[in-house]
Amino acid sequence: MNKLISSNKFKNKDNGILQLIIITCCIFIIMSILKPDKFLRLYNFESITYIFPELALFSIAMMIAMLTGGIDLSIIGIANLSSILAGVFFHKIASESGDVGTFTVAIGICLSLIIGILAGCINGILITRFSIIPILATMGTGQLFTGIALVLTGGPAIVGFPKVWAFIGNGKILGLPVPFIIFVVVAIAVSYLLRRVTLGINLKLIGTNSKAALFAGIKREKMILVSYMITGVLASIAGVILSGRTNAAKSDYGISYLLQAILIAVLGGTNPSGGKGNVLGISIAVIALMLLSSGFQILRFSNHLIDFIWGAFLLLVIVLNSIRNKSN
Amino acid sequence: MNISTLFKKTETLIALILLIVMIIIGCINPAFWRLDNIFSLLKSNVIIGIMALGVTLVMIAGGFDVSFPAFAVAGMYLTVKLMIYTNYQGLVIPFAVAILIGLACGTMNGFFVYRYKMIPLIVTLGTASMVKGFILGVVGTSMININKMPPQLISFAKSNIINFTNADGTKYGMTSMILVYLSLALIIHLFLNYTMLGRGIYALGNDKESAKRAGFNVKLVTFTVFCLAGAIAGFAGLLHSSMIWLANPRDFVGMDLDVIAAVVIGGTSIFGGKGSVIGTMLGVFMLVIIKNSLIIMKVETTWQKVVIGLIIIVATAITAWRDKHNQS
Repeated sequence: MNKLISSNKFKNKDNGILQLIIITCCIFIIMSILKPDKFLRLYNFESITYIFPELALFSIAMMIAMLTGGIDLSIIGIANLSSILAGVFFHKIASESGDVGTFTVAIGICLSLIIGILAGCINGILITRFSIIPILATMGTGQLFTGIALVLTGGPAIVGFPKVWAFIGNGKILGLPVPFIIFVVVAIAVSYLLRRVTLGINLKLIGTNSKAALFAGIKREKMILVSYMITGVLASIAGVILSGRTNAAKSDYGISYLLQAILIAVLGGTNPSGGKGNVLGISIAVIALMLLSSGFQILRFSNHLIDFIWGAFLLLVIVLNSIRNKSN
Repeated sequence: MNISTLFKKTETLIALILLIVMIIIGCINPAFWRLDNIFSLLKSNVIIGIMALGVTLVMIAGGFDVSFPAFAVAGMYLTVKLMIYTNYQGLVIPFAVAILIGLACGTMNGFFVYRYKMIPLIVTLGTASMVKGFILGVVGTSMININKMPPQLISFAKSNIINFTNADGTKYGMTSMILVYLSLALIIHLFLNYTMLGRGIYALGNDKESAKRAGFNVKLVTFTVFCLAGAIAGFAGLLHSSMIWLANPRDFVGMDLDVIAAVVIGGTSIFGGKGSVIGTMLGVFMLVIIKNSLIIMKVETTWQKVVIGLIIIVATAITAWRDKHNQS
C-alpha cells in the first residue's frame, strides 16, 4: 500500500524530474559497476563538463522551438555557419594586420551571435509570415545554412582560431570550465524567461492551445518569431563553444547532435506537440545521456552501435512518456 | 469537383514550369536535348522517383518520413549479403526479401505513430538511427563491389528497352528500369484514387476526426501508409544497388532531402490530404533536371546544398500559399 502511494506520487510529478533522476542514477551505478576503474576517474567527469554544454545548448534551443509545437532542424547548420563566419573573419583580420587580439575576438563572437539571430529570424519569418510548417521551413534553411557554410569553406575545415577563442571552449575560470559557466548562465536566463517573463508564458500558452491563445489577445506571430530567434542565438552560442573546443569549424560538424538534441528534449519532459518544457529537465537529461555516452566509449562500443542505441532510446522514451501521461 | 479541378491546375502548372525550365536549359546548352542526355536523365529519375512515391503516400496522410534512406540501406545490404551467403541464383525472391525487410521497418514507424500518437518526424528519426546503426554496427561496414555482386542483379538492371549507336560507335539506350518505375507509379496512382483504402489516406490527411467518423479505419490506414513507404524504400534500395553494381551500406546519405524536395515541388502538402502521383513524378523530374543542369552549367557542386535548400523553402512557401488561398 505504502509502495503504491509513493509510486503514484512519483508518477504524478508533472515533469517527471524524479523519473529522470532515477534513470540518471541507474546509468551511473551500472557504468560504475561495469568499469569502475575507468568510469569513476575524475578525468572522465571533467571531460564531460567540457563536452556537455554544447549539447545542452542545442537541446535547450530545440526545447524552445518545441514549446510552440514546432521544431528546429537547422540548429546544427546555424551553429556551423556562425562559427565558420567568425573563422573567415579572423583569417581576414589576421592576413591584414597579422594579429588577432581580444577585441577582434569579441567582434567575432558578436558576429556569430548576430548570424544566429538572423538565421532564427529567417526561420521565424518563413514559419509565421509564409505559414510554412516548421519541419519543412527549418529543413530547408538548415540545408541552406550548411550549403552557405560549405561554399565559404569550400569543403575542408577552417582551423587556426585565435587563442582567446579557444579559451571559450577549453579555458577555466576559478577552476570551472568556461563552457560549463556559459551553460549555467544561459540555463538560468532561459529558465527565468520561461517562468517569469510574459514571452515564455505566452509561448507555452500558444503551444497548449493556439486558438485560445489567439482569443486571449496574444500576438502569436510575433511571439513565435522571437522564439525562433532565441533558438538561433542559442545554436550559435553552441557553435562558438564547439569550434572553440575543437579549434576548428566545418560545415558538417556535429550532425549527430541533431538526433541527440531531440532525444534530450523529449527525455527532459518537453512535449513536441507544444506547451510543455523546462530547463531543469533538459539539464538532467543531458547529464544522463553524457554518462551513458562516456560509458559506451569506455566499453568500446562502435559509433554505429551508439547511433543504434540513441534511436532505440528515443523510441523507448516515447513509450515511457506515453505511459506516464496516461496514468496522470 | 472543385478539388479535382484544383489538382489539375496544380499539376498543369508544375508541368508548364518544367517545360519552361527545360526550354531555358536547352537554349543555354543545346546538348541538353540530345537523346543520350534525356535517357540518362530519365535513368536518374528511377530511384529518387520510387522513393518519392513512398514519401508521397506518407505526406498525403499528413505524416512525415525521414527513415526511408535507412530502410533502403537495410533492404539492399541485408539482401545482397544473404544472396552471397546462400549463393542464390534467382531474382524474384531477393526483391521479395528486400520488400519484406522494408515492410518490417515501416511497421515499426506505423506502430509508434499510431499507438503512441508521436510526431512522425521524431519517430522516423529514431527508427532511421536505429536501423542504420544496426546495419553499420552489427551487420558490417564494408562495400560489396562488382566482383562480389550477384551477377543476375547486374544483368537485370543492365537491360535496355531500346538501343542506339552514336556516330562515334558508342552505344547508349533507354534503361528498362524506367518501366519498373512507371508501373509502380501507375499501381500507386490507381491505389490512391480507386480503392477505399487509398481514399482513406486522403481522408486521414484532411482531417483525422472526420475520417474516423466517416468510417475509415484510422489504424489500418496509418499502418498501410508507413508499411507501404517502408516496402517501397526496401525495394528501391535493392534496385539502386543493381543499377550501380555496388552495395554500399553508407549509401543514400542526404537522399532524404532530395526526395522530400521533389515531393514538395510536386505540390504535396504536408498538412495532408493533397498530392498526387503525377505531381510527384513531375517534381522528381524537375529536381533531377535542376541538379543535372547545375553540373552542365558548371556550377560548383558546393552550391548544390544551397540550391536544394532554396528549392524546399520556395516550393513549400508556394504550397502553403496555395492552401491558404484555397481556404479563404
